[in-house]
Amino acid sequence: MTAAPETPRARRAVRDVVFVDGARTPFGKAKPDGLYAETRADDLIVKVVRELLRRHPELPPERIDEVAIAATTQQGDQGLTLGRTVGMLAGLPQSVPGYAIDRMCAGAMTAATTTAAGIAMGAADVVIAGGVEHMGRHPMGFDADVNPRFVAEKLVDPQALNMGVTAENLHDKFPHLTKERADRFAVESQAKYAKALANGNIDPDLVPIAIRSSEQGWGLATTDELPRPETTFESIQGLKTPFRPGGRVTPATSSPLTDGATGAILAAGDVAAELGLPARMRMVSYGFAGVPPEIMGYGPVPSTDKALKTAGLTIDDIGLFELNEAFAVQVLSFLDHYGIADDDPRVNQYGGAIAMGHPLASSGVRLMTQLARQFEQHPEVRYGLTAMCVGLGQGGSVIWENPHHADYSGHTDEEN
Amino acid sequence: MPDTPTPSAPTERVTHSLVRDVRMPGDAGILALVTLDNGLDHTKPNTLGPAGMAELKAALEVVRSRAEAGEIAAVGVTGKPYFVAAGADLKHITSVHGHDDAVELGRAGHAAYTILGDLRAATGVPTFAFVNGLALGGGLEVALNCDYRTVASDAAALGLPETGIGLVPGWGGAYLVPRLVGVEKAVEVILTRPAANKPYKPAEALKIGLVDELFEAADFLEQSIIWAAKVVTGEIEVPRRELDPQPVWDGVVAATKAQLDTLVGASRPAPHRALELIAAARNATKADAFAAEDQALADLIMSDEMRASIYAFNLVGGGKKPQGAPDPKLAHPVTRVGVVGAGLMAAQMAFLFAQRLGVPVVMRDLDQERVDKGLDFVRETAEKLAGRGRLAPDAAARIVASVSGTTEIGEFASCDFVIEAVTEVMGLKKKVFAELEGIISPEAILATNTSALSVSEMAADLAHPERVVGIHFFNPVAQMPLVEVINAEHTSDEALATAFAVTKKLRKTAIMSADRPGFIVNRLLLLVMGQVVDAIEGGTPVEVADRALAPLGLPMPIFELTDLVGPAVAQHVLTSLRENLGDRIPASRGLAKIVEDGTRVVLDAPAKGLPKPVDPAIQEYFGPARPGEPGVLDADGVLDSVLTALTTEIGLMLDEGVVPGPQQIDLAMILGAGWGFHTGGITPYLDRTGYSEKVLGRRFLPDGVANVPA
Repeated sequence: MTAAPETPRARRAVRDVVFVDGARTPFGKAKPDGLYAETRADDLIVKVVRELLRRHPELPPERIDEVAIAATTQQGDQGLTLGRTVGMLAGLPQSVPGYAIDRMCAGAMTAATTTAAGIAMGAADVVIAGGVEHMGRHPMGFDADVNPRFVAEKLVDPQALNMGVTAENLHDKFPHLTKERADRFAVESQAKYAKALANGNIDPDLVPIAIRSSEQGWGLATTDELPRPETTFESIQGLKTPFRPGGRVTPATSSPLTDGATGAILAAGDVAAELGLPARMRMVSYGFAGVPPEIMGYGPVPSTDKALKTAGLTIDDIGLFELNEAFAVQVLSFLDHYGIADDDPRVNQYGGAIAMGHPLASSGVRLMTQLARQFEQHPEVRYGLTAMCVGLGQGGSVIWENPHHADYSGHTDEEN
Repeated sequence: MPDTPTPSAPTERVTHSLVRDVRMPGDAGILALVTLDNGLDHTKPNTLGPAGMAELKAALEVVRSRAEAGEIAAVGVTGKPYFVAAGADLKHITSVHGHDDAVELGRAGHAAYTILGDLRAATGVPTFAFVNGLALGGGLEVALNCDYRTVASDAAALGLPETGIGLVPGWGGAYLVPRLVGVEKAVEVILTRPAANKPYKPAEALKIGLVDELFEAADFLEQSIIWAAKVVTGEIEVPRRELDPQPVWDGVVAATKAQLDTLVGASRPAPHRALELIAAARNATKADAFAAEDQALADLIMSDEMRASIYAFNLVGGGKKPQGAPDPKLAHPVTRVGVVGAGLMAAQMAFLFAQRLGVPVVMRDLDQERVDKGLDFVRETAEKLAGRGRLAPDAAARIVASVSGTTEIGEFASCDFVIEAVTEVMGLKKKVFAELEGIISPEAILATNTSALSVSEMAADLAHPERVVGIHFFNPVAQMPLVEVINAEHTSDEALATAFAVTKKLRKTAIMSADRPGFIVNRLLLLVMGQVVDAIEGGTPVEVADRALAPLGLPMPIFELTDLVGPAVAQHVLTSLRENLGDRIPASRGLAKIVEDGTRVVLDAPAKGLPKPVDPAIQEYFGPARPGEPGVLDADGVLDSVLTALTTEIGLMLDEGVVPGPQQIDLAMILGAGWGFHTGGITPYLDRTGYSEKVLGRRFLPDGVANVPA
């Protein structure tokens, strides 16, 4: 019998899981005049999957053990068991299974963590995880048949189903997170995105998408449609507060309604080594947690605590943050909780969803793909965090280790 | 002043040219992407009429000026989903009134397409076609005029079918194809494939060089644009073949000419004109070659052969909806099929029923040996098709498993559809039906595959004659696209509807015929045979008679046809027709003796693809030839007698109400006898050669329907 350790010991995965690569479509405006107004949702994710395979000819498609694709509204062109249909439409062998997954905004994140758990368990070697949301065709909550008990038993504040209202609630709860701080954060998000774009940090992850318009003919989407690089603090002061009269949340401090898809390849560390797949990040731990739905934006705090605990790390160990910007105030509430400055350079180096958009179930993998690039650029950083809030009161967090770091713990048996 | 359209001008379904700038990856610059789109769904393919062509030209002129101004780095052309274009607007082509207008039609296409062909030389900006779907005729030529081409793996078909409908590829195809893929393949593209009605699949098009790259459909346009960007930046170079040496060119042209002279002869001009253009393509300037295309196209547009071809083309397209068929809802469900007999015809039908209806099929014959032979045929056919990859192994296994054989007629008890294919003897067939009636349910449909006997008589003594319908298949059953559905005296709408429903599932074109001797195809085909043999009996040499119908351009000489059908069958049907229709159907003692002796009537073909000539030795069956003697027909005389007899007979058939109109006769002869589009089936030919007026005092079809109107 050995003595119990004084601090909780980090629980190692049965097998290491690495993030091989990620890609996404350019994000489009979820409006009738948006990039993808006449493009199918499933076609978006299919093209992402095909691009991932094209970028990795060293990966024999028959070695893929699972295709998990998330969407919040699983009907129409986002229905019919996406993971399976996407695999077939992408030309994967019929032997490759797949499934659809939903945790609202954290869909793709959950696709990644769930399949990663399968890898760690030994049930899969290589997986594709991703998400798609064509909010133009599938507005959030559209056609949902909400159980009347939610209202009758006051299980949730009816207003909690309106995400903008939950953001206003966070301003109420944390009065020091002012509209001005939120506005400044939003302006900075746009500026960081513009800089990242200029520096070539955005384009490499994008998959060009052929788009059809019955009015204009075929075109090609190669860039995000939503960013407003011209945004200044002054230019957004006059904006309306659509969620509450005299409120603080404006379109400028909210992520816009977005169409887009993301996908990633994850693999067991050993298998990545065997196949010659790059290991751009090692998954250290993840956690999901619930919060009251009316302050759903606060969700990443408890989920991050959970992931940190599992990893045996503290927030100070995290050198890079990729936080989904559903609303500026919601990110601020997270930073505020951990004592991180609003403009901390470790946070959202390429800007965030306020600039590029938030196609609900897709966003989680975008965070990962961007963190992987930042790891390459910052070998001095050992750990990074991807985190996001989830409608109806949840948070999701994944902690990653940087293989470029000098003290990298490794992901193969030999190294261990 | 507002435009007043000419009253006869058909309304054009305009294919628009939508232009959109695309930023090419890899900093390759702007691609001006032209999408051809008629704004309609996938059931209405893009076609190219004058307004659409003018729009394309206007769009490309803007593109050209932008190229000159250095604003764009490449031009792309693609189509709406699943289609580049199905070709020129045929409605417009057949409404062209004068030669000048016809020349203008060709020039208008060249004026638009040449912008794509000349842009790189003038401005350095290359042009690309992204063939994302069906590209036929003018739809492929727009791509051929571009500098580079990609094709999607799911593009339904690529080809230049023009010579098959009496035209030439006159928007650059005749000049560009031989230079692009070589003269030998060009002959295949422009002549052989259209004759076989077999356009190219994307992989085939890639293989012969009609296109430069093939990309999978899932992200075809994305990959095509990325590829185009690499071509623009020089990362990818596309090799082009040298022109074939003059002797090779001349040799291929000469060999093709010899073959055309034999197979096509003077029956229609289009293939010859196309070959002339190919011959000149090697050394002509592009301008001269395109001018020659304009002239050839115009001459052909103003030809009766071309107008008849379009009439025929439309008939075949419209044939999917049978004339006079009752409400399909009246059809009985067919869940188990019985085939009486297990001979070759029966086994072929059993296979097809099992394959296409997906129901159990039981074949019955008198002894086990014959039953086994029929089952062997089904199994061997399934294995053969599976072995060639034409049938999935599971589907082959399903067909074999679903066809059973028996000697017990009682096995038909649970069949709701029974078709007989026993020997063509009325007494036998009546006995079979009578026996069946005691076994099957009163609602079950009884069908007969008779080719010459009266279906009404066959049914006459039954308790339920209304359930009897004729379904006449042609041999070989799998390949022949036609069936004649025979509406006998007592046939009910339910039985007819069931016959049409079944034949539709069998993927056949069904034509309804009244229960008259020989129905449609055999009545006319055997009449022609009988007429030719009668001339021989009258002293015309067999070799003269054999080739006498060459001006019609039939698929084969008359004795090769006799050989294919079998002289015994021909003699049998001929005799039966004569018994029912009278002396105008000739009798031939010579043919009877040939059948008796089992003599083969033809020699082997001198080369593959050439016709089998009559064996001169069979002359002795008819007595000595007496060419030149009074009353002995020469080739023209034989042709005249055949055309006269055909006109008379068709006139009678229409009077008898065998079919509602000449269109059904034409469709039947095209699909059942393989008669050429250029004859329009047959009645347009009889109209344009004056036979209908001369013999009947009236035309079959109104002037202009299948000819150039006066």
